[in-house]
Amino acid sequence: MQDRLVRLEGQAISELEGVEGEAGLQQWKVKYLGRSSELAEILDGLRKLPKDERPAVGKQANQLKARLEGAFAAREQTSRAASLEYSLQEDRLDVTLPGRTLVRGRLHPSTSTLRLIADIWAEMGFQVYRSRDVETDDYNFGLLNIPAHHPARDQWDTFYTKQEGVLLRTHTSPGQIRVMRERAPEPIRVILPGMCYRYEQITARSEIQFNQVEGLAVGRNITFADLKGTLNAFARRLYGEDVKTRLRAGHFPFTEPSAEMDIECFVCGGIGCAVCKGTGWLEILGSGMVHPTVLENGGYDPSVFSGFAFGMGPERITMNLHRIDDIRYFWSNDMRFLEQF
Amino acid sequence: MKVPISWLKEFVEIDWPVEGLADRLTLAGLEVEEIQFVGLPIPEVHSTAAGAGQHGRSVRVSGLAWDPEKIVIGAVLEVMPHPDADRLVLCRLDDGREEHVVLTGAPNLFDYKGKGPLGTPLKVAYAREGALLYDGHEAGWKRMTLKRAKIRGVESYSMACSEKELGISEDQEGVIILDGDAPVGTALSEYMGDAVLDVVITPNNARNANILGVAREVAALTGRPIKEPSYEVPWTGGPIDRRLQIRIGEPELNPRFVAGLIEGVKLGPSPYWLQYRLRLVGMRPINNIVDATNYVMLEIGEPLHAFDFDSLVGRAGGKAPTILTRLPEPGERLTTLDGVDRSLDEFSVLVADTAGALSIAGVMGGAETEVSERSRSILLEGAAWNYINIRRTLAAQKFSSEAAYRFSRGVHPAMAERGVRRGLAMMHRLAGGTIARGLIDEYPMPPGEMSLEVKPADVKRWLGIELSVSEIADILRRLEFVVEAADDYVRATPPDHRLDIGQGIVGVADLMEELARIYGYDRIPETQISDTIPPLYANPSLEREERIRDLLVDLGLQEVVTYRLTAPEREARILPQQGPVAEPYVWLANPIASDRVVLRRSLLASVLEVAERNARIRDRIGIFEIGPVFLPTGGELPDELPRLVIVMSGPRQSKSWQGADATPMDFYDLKGVVDRLLHGLHVEGVGYVPSSESAFHPGKCAQITAGDRVLGVIGELHPLVVREYDLEAAPVLAADLELSVLSEAFQDRYPVAPVPSFPAVLEDLAVVVDERVPAEEVQRLILETGGHLVEAVNLFDLYRGEQIGVGKKSLAYSLVYQAGDRTLTDDEVADIRRKIITRLNQALGAELRA
Ligand SMILES: [Zn+2]
Repeated sequence: MQDRLVRLEGQAISELEGVEGEAGLQQWKVKYLGRSSELAEILDGLRKLPKDERPAVGKQANQLKARLEGAFAAREQTSRAASLEYSLQEDRLDVTLPGRTLVRGRLHPSTSTLRLIADIWAEMGFQVYRSRDVETDDYNFGLLNIPAHHPARDQWDTFYTKQEGVLLRTHTSPGQIRVMRERAPEPIRVILPGMCYRYEQITARSEIQFNQVEGLAVGRNITFADLKGTLNAFARRLYGEDVKTRLRAGHFPFTEPSAEMDIECFVCGGIGCAVCKGTGWLEILGSGMVHPTVLENGGYDPSVFSGFAFGMGPERITMNLHRIDDIRYFWSNDMRFLEQF
Repeated sequence: MKVPISWLKEFVEIDWPVEGLADRLTLAGLEVEEIQFVGLPIPEVHSTAAGAGQHGRSVRVSGLAWDPEKIVIGAVLEVMPHPDADRLVLCRLDDGREEHVVLTGAPNLFDYKGKGPLGTPLKVAYAREGALLYDGHEAGWKRMTLKRAKIRGVESYSMACSEKELGISEDQEGVIILDGDAPVGTALSEYMGDAVLDVVITPNNARNANILGVAREVAALTGRPIKEPSYEVPWTGGPIDRRLQIRIGEPELNPRFVAGLIEGVKLGPSPYWLQYRLRLVGMRPINNIVDATNYVMLEIGEPLHAFDFDSLVGRAGGKAPTILTRLPEPGERLTTLDGVDRSLDEFSVLVADTAGALSIAGVMGGAETEVSERSRSILLEGAAWNYINIRRTLAAQKFSSEAAYRFSRGVHPAMAERGVRRGLAMMHRLAGGTIARGLIDEYPMPPGEMSLEVKPADVKRWLGIELSVSEIADILRRLEFVVEAADDYVRATPPDHRLDIGQGIVGVADLMEELARIYGYDRIPETQISDTIPPLYANPSLEREERIRDLLVDLGLQEVVTYRLTAPEREARILPQQGPVAEPYVWLANPIASDRVVLRRSLLASVLEVAERNARIRDRIGIFEIGPVFLPTGGELPDELPRLVIVMSGPRQSKSWQGADATPMDFYDLKGVVDRLLHGLHVEGVGYVPSSESAFHPGKCAQITAGDRVLGVIGELHPLVVREYDLEAAPVLAADLELSVLSEAFQDRYPVAPVPSFPAVLEDLAVVVDERVPAEEVQRLILETGGHLVEAVNLFDLYRGEQIGVGKKSLAYSLVYQAGDRTLTDDEVADIRRKIITRLNQALGAELRA
């Protein structure tokens, strides 16, 4: 009997070594460990053996069963590892195929730039104040120190409505008067974004409608040096710490003194290029100390209060940042333009 | 305003290089847009290598340098015919080194052809072989290098240049004939090379629209003294007193009128130096008398008008003429010197005599008394006009000129006399004659005396810098203010060429600008506002609008922004079955394009135009816009009501290599977006009520409600609208919502439920109902009956077919049963389920689907 077990073990182990794959393993298992295997037969036949042989043979047979089960488990594990290894080697993707196309929504670039500007001013404590598109002549011009027939009016080509004295705002400055009249005598720090209109031919460089963001600070002891510091802080925040700026005298009837702010052209670094029209500078905003007449019209005593105002064009800023050379792209809403943002 | 540096230097010494000067002027508010180099060498751009952060060029630079070796002054000694070309001549020319034969077709040399050696040689700009010039025969400014060539059998290697070839003006008709004293052989660049600044004159800078004005600025900036031109007149004739009279009718509109008389002048072309200056600033030389008036206007800023004095005397019947300034008679007309017969507006001041109108004051002369070839005596007018009135006249007559430009921005009355004096002297210099002694000067309204007080404290308060009394006084003196400095203030009186300084606190503000400009904006420090932070105000309408934008972008939509100007016909396209409707619009009085004449009433029409445009390039469209529509109210200003429009069309997914869901989007795709939006805004009680709106398909349209509020409309567009916009490839879905109502329905303090800690029971439930039963009703009853134990109901299948019978539909829901405090037992779930089925059966006749 012992010989039989030894032979059985030798045969099972050597066969196990030759087994390939999951199916072969299962066949082997049925053959050597299954219910009708020789080993099962031996174990079943124990009862028929003489009593004194039973314990020894039983022990040996059970030990053999344990060894075979162990060998099987080991063989099964190496076999699975091998087949996993094999499948990992075989299962390969073309990682260069395109990803699934998902639909992505986007903001219009003007909205994005308006938000960018508003966020920076919010960091500096300027809140948003919005006012209407259709305005009276008085709010758009008269109260801003631009009387009828004044040469300064040449700076604004205006759309008038058929209603006498009603026009499409040419700038968001009417909001200056509105916010001052609402808040006087509180100090004010606001920006005034909104759509403005100009009577101009639509070309690559000019549009009949465009966004503007004005800003207004009114309070006690607000100085031109504050204006310079504040606007420079804005420019550095928007264009980068190293941006070079310059402030030069300008003219707006509603500010005195007035100033234009330029930044060094970030396309050519100041050498002169098509973007900066050869000047090396990009004009980014107009500004100035609020004119005493405007303060007065807003309900603030100019001998006590002072303030500054500024204005910039989000579309121009977007055009500069992304080197867009045609302003008409903004309202034509061609997906080939919008999808690039 | 074009400013030749050589002219500027007549009034102020300048040590700075041209580009540096341009830079300083720009910073001080006289923006130099371009420097045009005319012959002078163009400075190199400093590259950034010159120093980190060093700015290269501050101004646009253009022009052509004249090579001193190759472009020199030559003398034409003789003009000879070309052996076989009638339209060409050969010139014997001395360039200071040797004689050359130069071929030219210049018509202004033809007069000298075949006359033998010239008694007085003609001085010309002579270019040698290899000179870099502009091509005179090409449109625009194309450079060329002068090459040797054989033209009609004659060897040509050099030329006499036209103004165009040298970059002086567009004129390429003839060659330049320089003044007789031009030194032969001298480099042309040395003789007349220049640099011309193109200066932007802002309205507050109107006083500087002349060379002297710019020179004053340079003087103030550099601290150099200004050299005023001489206003001396070489009087040689008899007294002017008896020769004419002046009567001013409207002193408010004509505060001053000065006249001088010069007789026996000889009209002819101006000398080249003067023509050259006029050309450099962009004016055409006419004759010496007209050129003299233009020259003085450009030089000191006072526009002058020259009358033919003999024709005035003729009109006065041979007596001393009387000049009147007055408003027109009703129906009065005048033929102006451009030959146009003009009707005169009742506010336009006229210069007239006893026989009628002579000119539109400050704007344009009349044809009859115009200076002509035959003129021998000139009456020279220098006057002051109310600039606002001039502007009205210009607008009414749709006219502009260099003179009108200046008068319409304001010229100080003091300049009237200076202009006439300078003009008479210039005419005398150019055209000879005798000047009647004295001027007729009517000055009924001199500007009032005014002065301003400025304290260092004002400067500190406005500009944030410390300037002492003497520093303030020094800056104002440089600007020619009359200054009185006391211990703690400066009293300043503006000079008599300035009209832009106001009174009181406005005047102080004006002085602040002058102080800041001359002190230098670049020297003012950067500080931050020290005042208290203002009170903060909430801005819910903006915050909600931005939240809506973000949600729609998250849902895969592209934001668009369209024109707010449109035309009624464009908006009528969303109502094709109705034809044009006379809706009240906000109309433009001065539209710039016939298709943008009103402010829009419909945002949907605007967004559909975007869909239309993009349908040609994209099969799938999902866009939205938030923006106002404008509705007249009957009051002064229209209502501006913000709306939200969404438009979707095309396949659910774009084509892909893996296959995509190409099913065309339908009502429910859009409804899904709107549902998600409203969910994201936590709008409560949302409902969809079948509705019919004219732009929409009558069976596929609903009003969106939230409680009592109507948020807007959603649906598939009417097939006629779809056809109108050429979008027929797929159904077009649109939602049009009133933003303010949506914003009001928005909840931002919504409660958040605890996350359940007991397992939920999931079960499907399919019921068969009549087709007409709205799905929303079934869902509502399930939720109502299930109470707090039914957590969610989702429709996952909709079936119609033979199995369930005609006119029926099967709705399959997945239900989530959930209790917050325990695990539900099978019996509890079965009980709720039974109740739901009974309720659906009783209320809607629903049958459980087997
Ligand atoms: Zn550049």
